[in-house]
Amino acid sequence: MRKTQIHFVENLKKYLIVSIALIVVGVVIAVIFGVNMDINFKGGTRFTYTYSGEINLDEVQSLAGEKLGKQVTVAESTDIAGTSSKLIITLVGDQSVTAETQQALTDGLAEAYPDNAVKLGDSNTVSPTIARSFFAKSLFAVALAGLLVVIYVGLRFRKIGGISAGLMALVALVHDCLLAFVTCVIFRLQIDANFMAVILTIFGYSLNNTIVIYDRVRENKRLHANMKVAELVNNSVNETMGRSLFTTVTTFIAVVTVAIVAEVCGMTTLRSFAIPMAVGLVAGCYSSMCLSGPLWVRWIWHKEKHPKKKKTSKK
Amino acid sequence: MKRVGKPAFFIVALLILSLTCLAFMGVSNYYGDNRNVYVKGAQDIRWGIDIRGGVEAVFMPDIDIESITDEHMDAAKEIIETRLVNQNITDSEVYADNKNKQIIVRFPWKSEETDFDPAAAVQELGETALLTFCEGTTQETVILQGAQDIESAAPGVDPDTGAYVVQLKLTGEGKSKFAEATTRLNKQIISIWMDKQMISQPTVNTPITDGQAIITGMADAEEAKALANKINAGSLPFALTVDDSKMQVVSPTLGAEALNVMLLAGCIAFGLICILMIAKYRLPGVIACIGLVGQVGGMIACISGFFPQIPSFTMTIPGIAGIILSIGMGVDANVITSERIKEEFAKGKTIDGAIDSGYQTAFSAILDGNITNVLVAIVLMGAFGTPDNIFAKLLSPIMQFFSSSITGAIYSFGFTLLIGVVFNFIMGVGACRLMLKGISKFKGLRKPSFYGGAKNA
Repeated sequence: MRKTQIHFVENLKKYLIVSIALIVVGVVIAVIFGVNMDINFKGGTRFTYTYSGEINLDEVQSLAGEKLGKQVTVAESTDIAGTSSKLIITLVGDQSVTAETQQALTDGLAEAYPDNAVKLGDSNTVSPTIARSFFAKSLFAVALAGLLVVIYVGLRFRKIGGISAGLMALVALVHDCLLAFVTCVIFRLQIDANFMAVILTIFGYSLNNTIVIYDRVRENKRLHANMKVAELVNNSVNETMGRSLFTTVTTFIAVVTVAIVAEVCGMTTLRSFAIPMAVGLVAGCYSSMCLSGPLWVRWIWHKEKHPKKKKTSKK
Repeated sequence: MKRVGKPAFFIVALLILSLTCLAFMGVSNYYGDNRNVYVKGAQDIRWGIDIRGGVEAVFMPDIDIESITDEHMDAAKEIIETRLVNQNITDSEVYADNKNKQIIVRFPWKSEETDFDPAAAVQELGETALLTFCEGTTQETVILQGAQDIESAAPGVDPDTGAYVVQLKLTGEGKSKFAEATTRLNKQIISIWMDKQMISQPTVNTPITDGQAIITGMADAEEAKALANKINAGSLPFALTVDDSKMQVVSPTLGAEALNVMLLAGCIAFGLICILMIAKYRLPGVIACIGLVGQVGGMIACISGFFPQIPSFTMTIPGIAGIILSIGMGVDANVITSERIKEEFAKGKTIDGAIDSGYQTAFSAILDGNITNVLVAIVLMGAFGTPDNIFAKLLSPIMQFFSSSITGAIYSFGFTLLIGVVFNFIMGVGACRLMLKGISKFKGLRKPSFYGGAKNA
């Protein structure tokens, strides 16, 4: 019945090298070029105004600086249709401004350029305190969810080592989230609320992938009580490979379709959503098959060699 | 689940398809220009401000928060709600976070107004409210004004009549002014105003000289409480600012465009998934697609407020991500089962045997995968929901160190994921199994190759 057998457990070193290399490259790029954090996470202010015709950006910069009483940078962007242009005014640093000041800026621009139909499009101001609190809370929520998942896996998969299996599933999850982050860094995408949604989605997918494989390990353990743990994991990963690949391919195609349609329609807001999501899906499939199971085998081996250090696993 | 007849397929499929149609279209009719909604459909979904545009702002008191009580917060919330209504913004969400002394306000862009100025609107919302008691029903002659004359108001019950009332306590200065006015205006109306809006117009029954007034004529405890809150709001010792906190404005053009693109992309992606499923798994694939349609329909129904018990829900971009994840989980449940059925055929089982044991062996993986996602959903709903939801209360011992969330968007990810998992069980596990067993009873459909089994088994 088995056609090809991939030796996942034996190949762990290769997988680890690939994963760690990717993450290291990402971190190096992040350190050199910086991370494009959204103001929701670090605090700051950004205004987008729409206008028609021509506007001198330097003039806007000095006007905005004067109205806000702070140093600003001004950029412009034109949409694909070319009907209206956008002015993007960003406060330097992580400062927030009051509603009154925003109002003054809007009025000031409308007054200075009466023929250009300047209108406030988007504005977003977040204080660094609130942003940091939100960031900390996001991290904490994800950590708490991870803890609960480890406990749940520990209870439901007692037969195959429980908590240790849960911890290895968590390693795979962290790996996938890191790769999604690396993707954002490489593609210079913003780490924003969309990114949070992506991380959570990948978290769910990857977790599900790992659980399906563990479920097969649990079942095979019941059927073949005396099978060596490495063989058990190899067989289980190979047996579930059809479903792992097909599910991933299906969802990957769905996400890529969404990304392509959005790009064709000129909607770039979805870019920070679709690209890391697509990468994360592949990473989730890969880490479930190549990392969580084989890592768990190493853990069991380690415990068998050093039985005194910890309680021996229940068999 | 021993005996499932042929009709099971048609009954279940018909139920799913009609529920889905109903959930998408809703039931409504037009009476002139008014649309009467009997059953809410997809077009009644409330879209979050990240999709249709709008304003999100967090207000904080401009004084030291140590001295602020929960009553002050209730009063401040009341001010903002009253002012939103004054500005014709009725579809708003206002939350008071008593622990961190913040008020979170979200309201959509008003579609009928092109020159709506959100910054001005927010600025107006946070200003100190001015409460006045005036002669007659106009604001011409002011008797009492704000914190200098009015100390506090509280809802209560008249011990003599048992009627609901609002008890007013005046300051020393207010006491003498009010004694003079109520003596002069006995049996006449004294109106109560917040800013430029009249909030009550009680009649003076007897002259009030002791600085303890009672406003009668309240219909119920709710009304008494609301009026007391409004009066307290007018005598609030602080103004609300969006200083040093958060304010976000999203223009609606981006929102509408985003919505249509997302819809189009969703339909194409869903179609592709169906083609792949049917190509790979044949008959179980067809059944899976019907189940997935039902899952989407069920989720739309829960979001739009189709079921009267489940209030309508504000959809955001992370909410859509939650839908994508749960559809992915739904696809996966069917893939796991279909693969298992294939394996069972390979072991030499009959059609009925293969379907039965396929669903049985697949269930534990589907269960564990979905339950772990429920855990994630619950944590998110607790961490990022409004402070008064059940999950937030559950997590409050650990989450109290963080300020209440301003990003309801993440909450909606948890919500859609949770209902997605529920429908995954109803559709992907329950309904699909019934349909597959029903359809497998047809003579022409009893070839194992239709189920992914070997051709000549």
